Amino acid sequence: MTTEPLDPSRSVHTELLPGARNWSFIIRRGFALRLTDRRGGANCSALFFNAHEKLERYNMADTLKAQHTAFLTAGHVCYSDMGRILMSITADTCGWHDTFCGVSDAALVRERFGEARYQEARNAFLRNGRELFLIEMGKWGLGRRDLVPNVNFFSKVAVDEAGVMRFEPGHSKPGDHVDLRAEMDTLVVLNTCPHPLDPATEWSPKPVDLAIYRIDPAAEDDPCRISCPENGRGFANTAIYHCQL
Amino acid sequence: MTTQTQTSNPTQPHPVADFTANLVESRLDPADALYDHEIPAGEPWLHELRAGQTLRILDLMGNQAVDTIFYSARDPAERYSAVDTIRAQGSLYLTTGSVLLSNDGNPMATIVADTCGRHDTLGGACAAESNQVRYALEKRPMHNCRDNYLIALAESSYDMGKRDLTANINFFMNVPVTPEGHLTFEDGISDAGKYVELQAEMDLIVLVSNCPQLNNPCNAYNPTPARMLIWD
Repeated sequence: MTTEPLDPSRSVHTELLPGARNWSFIIRRGFALRLTDRRGGANCSALFFNAHEKLERYNMADTLKAQHTAFLTAGHVCYSDMGRILMSITADTCGWHDTFCGVSDAALVRERFGEARYQEARNAFLRNGRELFLIEMGKWGLGRRDLVPNVNFFSKVAVDEAGVMRFEPGHSKPGDHVDLRAEMDTLVVLNTCPHPLDPATEWSPKPVDLAIYRIDPAAEDDPCRISCPENGRGFANTAIYHCQL
Repeated sequence: MTTQTQTSNPTQPHPVADFTANLVESRLDPADALYDHEIPAGEPWLHELRAGQTLRILDLMGNQAVDTIFYSARDPAERYSAVDTIRAQGSLYLTTGSVLLSNDGNPMATIVADTCGRHDTLGGACAAESNQVRYALEKRPMHNCRDNYLIALAESSYDMGKRDLTANINFFMNVPVTPEGHLTFEDGISDAGKYVELQAEMDLIVLVSNCPQLNNPCNAYNPTPARMLIWD
């Protein structure tokens, strides 16, 4: 799927998130976040929370069940556990984003890449997805109890009939991007550690370009709204939350 | 009971994998169990399980969905993690030999016997609000699993609530993912008398909602009781 380049007059903030780093931001309604894989082969792990009530958060199971899918792409939305939509995927050049593999932890990184502490490696020390999530979530008063299954943008993991998982290396190409439109004021928590099933043994975490831009609200014929009857009801629930019905 | 094949996405055909390869029967005798309890259809169950104890979840009448979350009894912020569990074993479905991992990467329980074949870890629990999305906005008042979880936690002595609800296991539930990435809900592969047995690897709190509710075709719209047995 091809998408338009961002209109510079709509852009409000751009930032480079280096590989194996963490970031968080509240994307308000009326704005969208574009993630761009600058070099190819990136992984961007994401969690979403209602910015005003962080007990409401991205729910993997509800997202997958409502849309009869195990992966995310354009036309899909990210549901909260309250039957509402946090973010809609309005554009995607990548085609498949993993929803069920979680993030790396310290033991996995040590096993695959060895040891590199700050004491010796300075800022090239090895980091892992779990710790970066906890660090960034900690800034908002969130902790281990809030560390629910996340989305891994730019990574593809398919399964065979028996359920055996297969990571697809090189899935995301340089310049691939995905656009996330906030349907609620959403706290977005990101980290760019390698996907936990990426078999690469050389530590080479990839950067991701972030761009926040103004976007029009979902129209009545918006592809995310009409992609399945469930999403129509999800948008209705979200509109009720905003007292728009 | 009657069963019927009714998928939520019937346009997506997919082959049925052999999930009988890991069927293992238990040697434990219910007469020796130190605990034996029947959970009525649609009710919660909250119970502690000590390290080394074995829990059998028995599908009394077939095609039940026993929605289960495990917590460390010593630190309930440590709990079952669907994504860590399936990533570590490289496979989506749970069966004999599966080790259930916590969000801290520690083994919580091992499936030591299974006469069903596989169990779902992606489908989660229904909630009043997710039922609105899946079925109709008017379905909000219907019975659901998260209500069970919330009332069981609220009435317990644990300081736990909605924040502690995470992606759960659906024992006996069949939620295949196709190679194309489609998620489907299939008629159950379980049957009356089938069971799964877990050995606790740490002291656990086990939270169960014996669902599903009446919109889910997986048990032919007929929720039934489940039996819980514990051996030392």
